[in-house]
This record gives sequence, structure tokens and C-alpha cells, in this order.
Amino acid sequence: MEKMARVTTALGGNTLSGRTMFCHLDAPANAISVCRDAAQVVVAGRNIFKIYSIEEEQFVEKLNLRVGRKPSLNFSCADVVWHQMDENLLATAATNGVVVTWNLGKPSRNKQDQLFTEHKRTVNKVCFHPTEVYMLLSGSQDGYMKCFDLRKKDSVSTFSGQSESVRDVQFSIRDYFTFAATFENGNVQLWDIRRPDRYERMFTAHNGPVFCCDWHLEDRGWLATGGRDKMVKVWDMNTTRAKEIYCVQTIASVARVKWRPECKHHIATCSMMVDHNIYVWDVRRPFIPSAMFEEHKDVTTGIVWRHLHDPYFLLSGSKDSTLYQHIFKDASQPIDRANPEGLCYSLYGDLAFAAKESLISSDSNRKPYIGDRRHPIFFKRKLDPTEQFEYISSSSALSVFETDVESGSMDWFVHTAKQYALAGRPLAELCDHNAKVAKGLDRNQVAQTWTMLRIIYSSLGTVSSANLNHSMGKGSAALPLMNSFNLKDIPSGLGSESRLDRSKGESRTENILMDSSSTLINNEDNEETEGSDVPADYLLGDVEADEDDLYMMDHENPHAEEQEYSLPQEAFPLRHEIVDNPSALDHLQDKADSPHVSGNEAETVSLTPVESFSLISISHSLYENRLPSDFFSPIVRDTLLFYAEQGDVQTAVSVLIVLGERIRKEIDEQTQEHWYTSYIDLLQRFQLWNISNEVIKLSTCRAINCLNQASTTLHVNCSNCKRPMSNRGWICDRCRQCASMCAVCHHVVKGLFVWCQGCSHGGHLQHIMKWLETSSHCPAGCGHLCEYT
Amino acid sequence: MNRLGSGPVGSAAAAAAGQYRVCGNCRKVPRQEKRVQVSPPLTRGPSAFIPENEVMQANGLDERTNLLVEEYSTSGRLDNITQVMSIHTQYLESFLRSQFYMLRMDGPLPLPYRHYIAIMAAARHQCSYLINMHVDEFLKTGGIAEWLNGLEYIPQRLKNLNEINKLLAHRPWLITKEHIQKLVKTGENNWSLPELVHAVVLLAHYHALASFVFGSGINPERDPDTSNGVRLIAVNNFCVCDLANDNNIENASLTSSNFGNVMVFLQIADSLSELEALMERMKRLQEDKEDEEASQEEMATRFEKEKKESLLVISGAFDDDIVSTDVSRYIEDPGFGYKDFARRGEDHLPTFRAQDYTWENHGFSLVNRLYSDIGHLLDEKFRMVYNLTYNTMATHEDVDTTMLRRALFNYVHCMYGIRYDDYDYGEVNQLLERSLKVYIKTVTCYPERTTKRMYDSYWRQFKHSEKVHVNLLLMEARMQAELLYALRAITRHLT
Repeated sequence: MEKMARVTTALGGNTLSGRTMFCHLDAPANAISVCRDAAQVVVAGRNIFKIYSIEEEQFVEKLNLRVGRKPSLNFSCADVVWHQMDENLLATAATNGVVVTWNLGKPSRNKQDQLFTEHKRTVNKVCFHPTEVYMLLSGSQDGYMKCFDLRKKDSVSTFSGQSESVRDVQFSIRDYFTFAATFENGNVQLWDIRRPDRYERMFTAHNGPVFCCDWHLEDRGWLATGGRDKMVKVWDMNTTRAKEIYCVQTIASVARVKWRPECKHHIATCSMMVDHNIYVWDVRRPFIPSAMFEEHKDVTTGIVWRHLHDPYFLLSGSKDSTLYQHIFKDASQPIDRANPEGLCYSLYGDLAFAAKESLISSDSNRKPYIGDRRHPIFFKRKLDPTEQFEYISSSSALSVFETDVESGSMDWFVHTAKQYALAGRPLAELCDHNAKVAKGLDRNQVAQTWTMLRIIYSSLGTVSSANLNHSMGKGSAALPLMNSFNLKDIPSGLGSESRLDRSKGESRTENILMDSSSTLINNEDNEETEGSDVPADYLLGDVEADEDDLYMMDHENPHAEEQEYSLPQEAFPLRHEIVDNPSALDHLQDKADSPHVSGNEAETVSLTPVESFSLISISHSLYENRLPSDFFSPIVRDTLLFYAEQGDVQTAVSVLIVLGERIRKEIDEQTQEHWYTSYIDLLQRFQLWNISNEVIKLSTCRAINCLNQASTTLHVNCSNCKRPMSNRGWICDRCRQCASMCAVCHHVVKGLFVWCQGCSHGGHLQHIMKWLETSSHCPAGCGHLCEYT
Repeated sequence: MNRLGSGPVGSAAAAAAGQYRVCGNCRKVPRQEKRVQVSPPLTRGPSAFIPENEVMQANGLDERTNLLVEEYSTSGRLDNITQVMSIHTQYLESFLRSQFYMLRMDGPLPLPYRHYIAIMAAARHQCSYLINMHVDEFLKTGGIAEWLNGLEYIPQRLKNLNEINKLLAHRPWLITKEHIQKLVKTGENNWSLPELVHAVVLLAHYHALASFVFGSGINPERDPDTSNGVRLIAVNNFCVCDLANDNNIENASLTSSNFGNVMVFLQIADSLSELEALMERMKRLQEDKEDEEASQEEMATRFEKEKKESLLVISGAFDDDIVSTDVSRYIEDPGFGYKDFARRGEDHLPTFRAQDYTWENHGFSLVNRLYSDIGHLLDEKFRMVYNLTYNTMATHEDVDTTMLRRALFNYVHCMYGIRYDDYDYGEVNQLLERSLKVYIKTVTCYPERTTKRMYDSYWRQFKHSEKVHVNLLLMEARMQAELLYALRAITRHLT
């Protein structure tokens, strides 16, 4: 509590000072109210009714109003209010429906003054007239509001809301005769105290109960209401129709609202359930609270500003049995924690970036965007039309960075998505098909992945034997070359490295060998290439690929480099990282290039010389042993992870779907779900609805699968009365007509309904199709020339 | 059309399908079986208690027919519950809407789970009617048939729900946040809060619905279509005698304690004056409201008294409860039943203060937060049932029945230990006669023991539709009570 500030404010003579502090109550509080001089506070609840004085450092219990041996239900308070004119006068609303007034001036211990037992149900709210000493208003669960004159024994008038329970009543601060009442059914009524027969105005403010309302302290026409629908609304009552001028959406149902003194647009709220914090909102800025008090550990039940003219002290009582004084200086301000920059990527690679103007302008001065030589960048700036908030000068700049059409093109994605086959055929065929698709789009690496998958997973199947021979034949045709090359030029280091791996029983041996050989080939042909983009694990597919493929793969590399374009660094450095080559490859290359090291390692581990045969024999043994496809699961898993990491979630998901059970167990559910959602999101952004649906349907994730079951409702309006049809799509509840009749057979259409957009006649899809084959006029006889395409 | 199971067609088909079981109940108590045969209650129509023509009575025909047509077109059938409830069209609409939502619309739980939970809930009260219905639905929505063999065959996750099901059904006040924590934090079998809330809503709904089924003597479904094999078999899994409307007609302890019966005999003579007296009392209560200044202690003791007295209504345990195996495989600890909230001599549990955790303020917000929209539907349903009135009482018209409705509602809550500060429980005593209390207590706490005699013995002047209305009130009050306890526990878990 060291950080807590001490605040002193001068208020025309009397000063308020204090710090954030709290005291424990014996029981949960239901409501609190403050004395006019801001020095005392009363706390009321089911089992508590006490007055505390607010000292500099602490709350001091002044008076316990719960007296008597057997506390009756009259003490069980739902609400309490302290008269703002008379320091000795308090009123409480009891849960059993009794309204009690208390006179602190009484000499006896029992300060109870009057008892009004007129309400039949719990009284939710009591309210004193702001200027009239003897006038008290109550609102009860039984739907009645009663006005009491404290000089009389009974109520002077009763107001019937004619609707459900009254949740809150508040006298208007400026209008002598007016009070507002809020109801459980969402209505707010305005009454003239002199006319108990009928309300002056009524309007529906919320969906569900309106728990609270508060008149603005200065602006006489403003009324704030808070409801169970998690909204705080500010109504302008000056016009003939109450007009909603502000609306704040909170995260839980709103239990209390209180305008902040001296701040025209600020309002404090607390919630009924779940959320324990107190928020102070600027109603013009409804998305983020301007201050937040997070001290309470259970729901806050009562909030009150300590003084009518002091905006810095807030008192609150809570179900966690504490009474707090909050100081504005100690409030946490969520705005400070909010991220003031926004960044969004468009579908086609454009990038929008919004930030505080100051930030952007200083940066752009320092570094004009000319750094990138290949791609023009457009920089647009838009200022916010008006300065909206008084104390935060918030003008922000929006920059849009466009990439040129060609390099950012995502055509390949769309084509791939459209052409991939994901199910319905044997695995081998699917793989072949997809490999062909990938190849057709110059994505050789992906193509090879597919081929590889085919080999791994369908080698045991019947289809595969031919394929296998084929690939082996090819492999053996292509490989001896490499083999000899290896033997000739590679120093023993490489051989022994492979030996080392083999002796460890590692599965990677073959791959590493293959990889290094291919790298070497590449190096020979093209000295300048940094290395192939292909990570080690995937090269198994090379068995089938001929040398051209290898070169093509090589070409891909500079291409990838071309794709990368640099944006101003401070804006978005991300893109660079994505395109970076995987480090694993470099590592491998290192090994190949520095034979000595590995050679030494080999010597230390295994001294038995093994003939440095290589690829061909290994690959033979590989096939002959018919390793179970499980054996490759880790590799395939890594492949998928690799693709996903690269941003090619399409490949990852497609493989996942095609392989189905074979690989599903290997990858944890959450990752899968993440991939699926990303892919589906992408598909939907490209408006590939059918494909995204197919993906959803084929996915094995529970969370994804049920996406298709969500919001499957289609809302239709009746064609006669134009009102929404609530339950059935073909019969209107209101006008009792079958809305969608088939113009051909005159029966109700319950399934697919097709209609002409010109004359809006239609019917069964089949019937209309058949009709329009022979006739070009509308079957309804309206004379319209309908078209069916 | 044959009544299922009793007709040769039904049993033959069942036997042919190899699904027929010898009912443990019949074997054990053959006399009961005979009794059913000798004096079958009204086997025609949707209810055993209510004559068919009463149910089918035409009032507000258009609206009602529309609603029924609608229901038929959505669900493809018109079950007996719907038919009986259709006496109160307005209510039926919101009932169906909420039931439809929790069973078939978007929600955290998969469809088969929902039906299985319904089965588990109904099984707590041995309500074979509901079980049949949902076994059927469970299979239709792709549930695993193996689960129907009993609780040992279901996933641990569902099994974990047993405890809360048991408590909720019989002694909801025992539910604590520890129970919630146990469900929510158990590693891989855990329930997410939305799922749990969905499950709790389903459980409460089906416990309460079981009350309605027994309370209104809902008959087993007549076979809508003999060609529909699945349905036939599913229904035939249960023997007629399971249809508990009749099964406990001569209940040992009822005859011994005999409250109900004695009252019945005494009151037959002056049933007419009984109604008059009730009206008189209501009038007096309304007028005397101001005069009678009961002290606060007095009020408190009245609640306690009512609580205690609810003990006397039926005391003693029905230890000889027979639970057929068909039902018992869905429940654990079948002996666990309602135990009076206020047992004398035991430390009594803290009373649930209705004002501290109300449905409108707290329950709704929580439910709606975790399982969106159900809050609105339930809210509407509760409101509907609470405010439903035709301003009639038996033959009298233009009567304000608010008092009576409130007494019924609060009496149910009272038995579950929920107290309203603003209610004078003396009213309950004045308005609800003993036989009615017997009925209320049976229907809400152990619905499976309801008999036609109980149903007939109270309010003999009243129309059947009014008695159905009573049942609706009891059912919703019970559901709300269960929900309040469960949601309060969840709230405590959250804070």
C-alpha cells in the first residue's frame, strides 16, 4: 500500500483528504450511502448496519444500528440512503418489504424512527427527495412505488408501474416533481410526483431488467441506466422521445451507475455478477474504461462518490465484507496498458498500420521509405476527423503499405485449394493427384512431399508395388552417378559420419547422406547458391525425382528471395524472419564441408571400419525391410510442422486430412486445431466457401467439426406481410399463410426454393427448371420473362 | 392402437427383436401387475389422471392447434407431455422453445451427450417415460449404443456427473463449490464451465420434468407408427409395470401414515365447501394484510414451522423402493433420495436466502454468460409460469390467484430450504390444505411415488387444467431451486 497516494482537495471551505484504504466489515454489504458532509458513511447489508466515519488513515466505526437481541428482518437491508439535507436522517429498504427511517438524533440506543409496512414484497430501493426534507420514495418488487411523507404514518401516494418489479427509483436532481423508475422488464418510467395515476413517459431502455439509474448532476436532461444486458446507456430526456446518446458495453450485468461529480462525461459502474471491479467510463469513449479499481475480491454492491463536488474519492462496499475508499490517483488506467498501434495484413499482402501520429511522423522524417529498391510502397496518411477526447490528444495516422500485384499474388493458394483432392480416393491416388497439382504450380518441394508421402504410406498397399519398382528403378538409374561421385570426391569424413549414425541406429542416416550428396551436386553446378531450401528430412523423395527437379528446387531459392521485400523495419520486421532459411540446413552443410571434425567424431565412437557404400544400398535396404509407416511418423510430423512454420498451413492441413488417422496421433490436438482454424480462415477470406466447408467436414478435430453445426439458421421474412417468420420457413405465424408456394405445383415448398429476382415468383427447384425449359414466361402468369441460369 | 407392451403386437415385436427383458418389478410384485390389469386407469389419452377429452378440450383452439402443428412439424411427433401441457398454450410455447434450445441448438455439449444426461437425470426418478424417449433420441443423434448398457460403459467424464446429478435431484442444498471444482479440475476428464452449465441446466430440467410426468400421470407414448422398428423396440425395453403412475398405488407407508387417505375420506362430503373455504381464506388474507402485524420472530418461526411441517407430510423412508434394472443401470447409489431439509435433531443447514442469490439478478447473469441465450429462455419460462393465470378458480371467475400461485411456488422452495424474506409462510398453511401438501411434496421430492389417488384427493372441485397448472408451477419452482443451488456453487467457485 506504499504506492497509494494521499490526496487533498479543497472544497469551498471543507477539505477532503485521505488515501486508498479499507476496513473489514463483519458481513457482506448490500448498499452504502454517504453523509452530506462526506465525513461518514453508512453500510447496510443482511447482517450489518453500521456507520463509519472516514478519517485520514482509516475508517472508524461510529455506530451500530443493529440493536436488540433478536435482530428482526427489518434490519436486513437491501438498500440504504442518507438524506442529503438532514444529517440525522437515514432510510433503509428491508428485504421483507418494510421501509424504515432512522433518526440519529434520538437519544436512545435504538434509532429506529418510522416503519412503513405497505409493500408486499422486498423493497429494492429507497430515495430521499434532494431538497425536500420529509419526502421519501420507495420502489419494490411488488411493482409499486410509494411516496412517504415522514410526518405521516402512511404513504401519501402510490404509483403503480403496471409492469413488473421496480428496481430503482431516483428523484430528478433539477426537476422538483420528477422521478425516474426502472423496471425488471426493461422499461424506464418518468413520473410526476403529483400525479400518481399515470406515468408521464415510458420507454424501453434495456433488454431484461434495468437494475439502476442515475440522473446527471449537472445536465438536467441526462439519465444513465444500467441493465442486466451488460449495457450502460445515457438518455437525453429533453426531447419528446428519450434519445439514447451514449452506450457503454460492459462485461457483466450492471448493478450500479453513478455519475462522477465535476466530470461531465464520466460515470462509475459496478457489476452484479462475476466481475468485481469498479469502472469509471468516459461515455464518449465506450470501449475502454478510463479508470478501474480492482481492490474487491467479490462483487461490488454499492458505490458512492464521497462528496457531491469532489471527483477524486470513491467509496465502495462489497460482498467480500470490505468497505473501500478509492483515490483516483491510485486507479489503474487500462488505457496505459492498451496497445496504441494497430496492424493488419490484407489478403493480398497489403499491410495497414495505425499508430499515434507523433510516432509515425517522427519516424518517417528520420527514415523515408525508399529503402526497398524493388517494390514501390504507398504511404497514405489519414488524420482522425476530430480531436475527440479532452485529455488525450489522440490523432492517429494510418499507413497502408501496398505490395505490387505480382509478387504478392496468392493465386497459387487459390488454385491449390481448388484442385487438391482431400478424400474419396485411395491414399496413393490422392497423393499423386496433389503432387501433380503442386508441380503444375511450380511448387516442387510440396510436390515432392506428396510423392514422398505416397511412398511412405502406401508402400504396403497393393497399389504401391508398381510404384515402388518404378521409383526404385528410377532411383537406381539416377543414383549410381551420385554414388560414384560421392565415393570419388567426398573425403572419408562423410562416410564415417553416416556410419556413426548407423551405428547409433538412427533413422536419419539415409537422409543425411542423400542430402549432402544433393547439396554437393548443387554446389558443383551453382557455386553461388547458398544451399537448397529443402530441409534434410524431405529428400527421401529424391528417389523419384530426376536431376532436373533438383535444379528446379534450386531455382526456387532465389525466387523466394525475390518474394521477400523489405518494409520499413520499425513497422514490420516479421516478414524477414519467415523467409529465413532453416538453420538446420546450414548446420548440415557445415558438417559436409568440414569433414575433419566429423571424421574425428566418428573415430572416437566407432573404430570398426565400415565400407563407405552409400545411397543405393541404403535405399535398397530401406525398401526391402519394408519399414512400417509408423517409422516415418516423426519425420512426417516434422514436415508438417515445418510447413506450418513457414506459413504454408495449406500443405500442413491438406496432408493432415489426407493421411487422417495415420498421422493424427502424432500431432497434438491443439496444434491441429490451430492449423485448421488458420486454413479455414484463409479459405474464407478468399471466399472459397465450399472448400472451407469441405475442410471442416473432413477435419477430425472436434472443435473444428462442430463449426459446421453452428449458426445453421437461415432467417426468412414472410413474402406477404414482410415480417420475420419465427419458426417455420414456410408458414407465417402472423398472416397465417403459406409463404413459399411453388408457382408450378401450388404446394408449399419446404426444401430448396428458387425464385426469380425480377418478379419474385418461384417454387421447387425441379419444377421451375422443368418449366423454364419449355417456357420463358413466369409460371405464375405475371408475364415476367424469367431466366434461369 | 395398442398400448405398448400390454398388447400382443408390442411384446411380440419386442421378443422378436430379442430385446425383451423379464421385468424385475413384475416378477417381484406380481400383485401389482394384476392390479394394473384389473383396474387400468385411463389408458387412453396422454395422461392416466386426466380424461382424454379434458386434454383435448377446445379452448383457444386456433392458437393451440397452430402450436401443436408447429411442434409436430419440428419434432415429427406429438408426445404426451406436449399434449397435456398444451392445455396451457402460452406456457407450452416457452417450454418447447427452451427445451428445443437445450437439446438441439448450439450449445457446448454434443447432441448425444445431451440426451444421455437427460437419461441420467430421468433415471434418478425412475422415470421410464423420459428414459425411453431419450434412449431413442440418443441413438438417433449418433450416440454409442454401448453406453445404454449402463454407467460402467460411459466415459469417465460423464460418469463424473453422477454425483452432482444425485445431489441435484434429491438434496441440492448439499452442492458446494468443491463439487464444482471436482468436475472442473480433473485433468483430461474435466468439464469446461459452459459444458457444466449446460449439463446442469439439462439435469435440472429433466428432474423437474420427471416431476411433471409423474404428477400429471403421463401415459407412455402410444405407438405412432408400427413400422418404425427402432422406436418400438426402444419403448418396449420397459415393461408396463415400470410406468410408475400405477406402480406404487398401495404404498405401504402411505397407508400406514395415512394422512392423505384419511383426509380424502373426511373431505369427500364437503368438497364443495372446501373450495368456498379456500376462497374465503384468500379473501381474508388479502384484506387482513394490514391488521395482522406479525412480529419478525413470528415470521421467522413460521418459515421454520413450515419447513418442519413439510417433514410430517410424509415421513418415513420408502425403503422398499423397487428400482428396475432397466433404470438402475443409469444411476449410482439408488438409495440416495430426498431427505428433509429440516430434520429435527440435526444441525440444520443455513437457509438459502432468496434475496441474496436470485434468479433474476444472479442466476440469469451466470447462466447466460456461460451458455448464451438459455438464460433468456429460462427467464421467459419462469416468468411465464409465475404469471400465468386465467383468473379462475374452479367454477369461480375473476379471482386473483396470485396468492395461491405464490404460495405453491414458495412452498416448493421452502422444502428445498430457500426462504423469501418478504413472504409470510403463514399463508402457505392457510392456503394449501394437507392433501395438497402431500401431493406437492410427493411430486417435487419423490415424484415416482405419486399416485392417482393423491392427484384426485386435493382440490376436488378444480378443473384438470388447473391441476396441470399446479404441476407446471411445481415443476418450474423445482427447476429454479435446483438451478439456484447449482449456480450459486458455480459462482462461489468462480470467486
